[in-house]
Amino acid sequence: MAVKNYLSVLILIAVVVFIQLATKATDTSYYLTQLTMTGYYSLVIIGLCLVMGYAGQISLGHAGFFAIGGYTSGALTTYNLTLLLEQGNGLVSFLSDKGLLISTLDLYGEAVLYVNPWLAAILAVILTACIAFFIGIPVLKLKGHYLAMATLGFGIIIFRVVLATEIFGEADGISEIPGFTLFPGVCINGDFGNRVMNYYIAWGLVLIGVILLLNLIHSRVGRALRAIHGAEDAANAMGVNTSRYKLYTFVISAVFAAVAGIFLTHYNGGIGPSEAGIMKSVRYVAIVAIGGMACMWGALTMGVLLNFMSLRGMFGSYDDAVFGAIMIIIMLFAPNGLLNLPVWQKISKSIAGKEKG
Amino acid sequence: MTTELFTQYLFAGITYGIIYAIVAIGFNIIYNTTGIINFAQGEFVMLGGMISISLNPLMPLPLAIGFAVLLTTLIGALIEMIFIRWLVHPSVLRMIIITIGISILIREVALHIWGEGVRSLPYFYGNEISSINILGTHVSPQVLWVVGICSVIVALLSLFFKFTPLGQEMRACSANRLAATLCGINAKNMVTLSFMLSAGIGALAGCVVSPITYTQYDCGTGLAIKGFTVAVLGGLGNSMAAVAAGLLLGILEAFSIHIVPLAFQDAISISILLLILFIRPHGLFGSSEAAGLKEF
Repeated sequence: MAVKNYLSVLILIAVVVFIQLATKATDTSYYLTQLTMTGYYSLVIIGLCLVMGYAGQISLGHAGFFAIGGYTSGALTTYNLTLLLEQGNGLVSFLSDKGLLISTLDLYGEAVLYVNPWLAAILAVILTACIAFFIGIPVLKLKGHYLAMATLGFGIIIFRVVLATEIFGEADGISEIPGFTLFPGVCINGDFGNRVMNYYIAWGLVLIGVILLLNLIHSRVGRALRAIHGAEDAANAMGVNTSRYKLYTFVISAVFAAVAGIFLTHYNGGIGPSEAGIMKSVRYVAIVAIGGMACMWGALTMGVLLNFMSLRGMFGSYDDAVFGAIMIIIMLFAPNGLLNLPVWQKISKSIAGKEKG
Repeated sequence: MTTELFTQYLFAGITYGIIYAIVAIGFNIIYNTTGIINFAQGEFVMLGGMISISLNPLMPLPLAIGFAVLLTTLIGALIEMIFIRWLVHPSVLRMIIITIGISILIREVALHIWGEGVRSLPYFYGNEISSINILGTHVSPQVLWVVGICSVIVALLSLFFKFTPLGQEMRACSANRLAATLCGINAKNMVTLSFMLSAGIGALAGCVVSPITYTQYDCGTGLAIKGFTVAVLGGLGNSMAAVAAGLLLGILEAFSIHIVPLAFQDAISISILLLILFIRPHGLFGSSEAAGLKEF
């Protein structure tokens, strides 16, 4: 990683810390809840940025991966296994012996036995990666409109399945999902006392994601991806295994979405079918487009800004309309993103010119 | 399955299938002249239904439908002029995002005008319980209206493209835009016309089907996906094949209720879409060589 990237990461850390201190100083720490959620959504967005911006493949189904992660983890950690254990289910007693189940008492004093969130999370990530892999093989052979429709179709199937399956709570979603104890004392949940810690967990995760992606982008893989985006046939002719690279990035970004889904589900203590909806996928695409496709920092900035405003309810009932309008306007007037407008380049050029002169 | 049930499913399938076919033809008209898939196609159907429902108390039904089609046609023209006409060689990704944005905007505007409620036009003839006996089953007269009007649309469109000068100019544009321009055809106007045409037929389909399926602000997305499935199934750009493919999908869907729960009905048609995209992206009736030359 080049020095410039270290600097960007340091700036990101500084901004994250600064915002937390600022909310503390101005006594507005209630913003931290939305900022934490924004952090998780940003993780989806930088993952999608890799697929859309660097590999040039549109995905209108990323909310599906988010939902697979969140729902798998949520269902595993809420499903009461007590009865199965009593019936002598082999798998459940095996897990119980290995200490992979957590048993507590619920409000009414009934014994509750559920899967350890760590195990649930790992299973959810593996499941998402497998689905992304097997969906990705045929889907990524498609281009343009077909790719868009196929990924959109995948998203709708996930939405329908979630909506029609009893274990996923149908239209109500899953609620009362327990917190995720990462290490003793470090727990992801929505408790007020844990707000600052959760804010740092979320943004720490984003930071790890950013560093991973930056390394990837500035490696051989990243250069291959940009070659694919520029001219797939040419990249192919130069010996780049285009289909393999596209598949890898697709799976990586799906895993990013799934991890965000898992953590956010535990943080919120619930997940609903709207998280799997088409509008969510479209929103992720919109934010990446606004940030300027192949510009992770742009996508991250715009993602934080727009998600935070949306979560604070600043757009009111025009939430989706605002995203639709922004999408159209950006694509009409600034198809390379807000940060790549000619105006900025002129400004930066004139500044550079002055320094020279 | 009894014979009566069989014919019942068959008629339901034909009704839905022909609507899908109309949406697919709308996709094809725009795709042929511009190479764009208009993701807002389903919204035209919704707009047609909604506008005619709002106008119906003020005027007789045929007039309300006529105005709804006219208004939607104008909206189609406006969309093309504002968002698409002046773009120079837009990339496919850009057009996908723009048309998705348009569909969201139309949907949100509809939500704020008409609310979340489900509305419908009255039956053109008779009411909910009146039925006609065909092949031993009771079929609502509205089904005949839907099938009849949609068949007329399809027939008129094919005559329009074959014999009228305007239709021939549009086909010339889709065959070779540059050559058509050199022959003195205003290609940009043809694109506007194609948007108007597909908005108009979408709106008409939305009106006739409204008494059966009801109209809601967000019913366009599902229709668009199914219309696209049908368009691909028949081979993108091939309008006549779209009719056959539409009927096929409609009937498949209707019979699938017999086997899987209703909640998974959408998932089935989308699975068909994915399957056809993976196995035969050039469609059931298309040739793979011709598809290889196109840019999707």
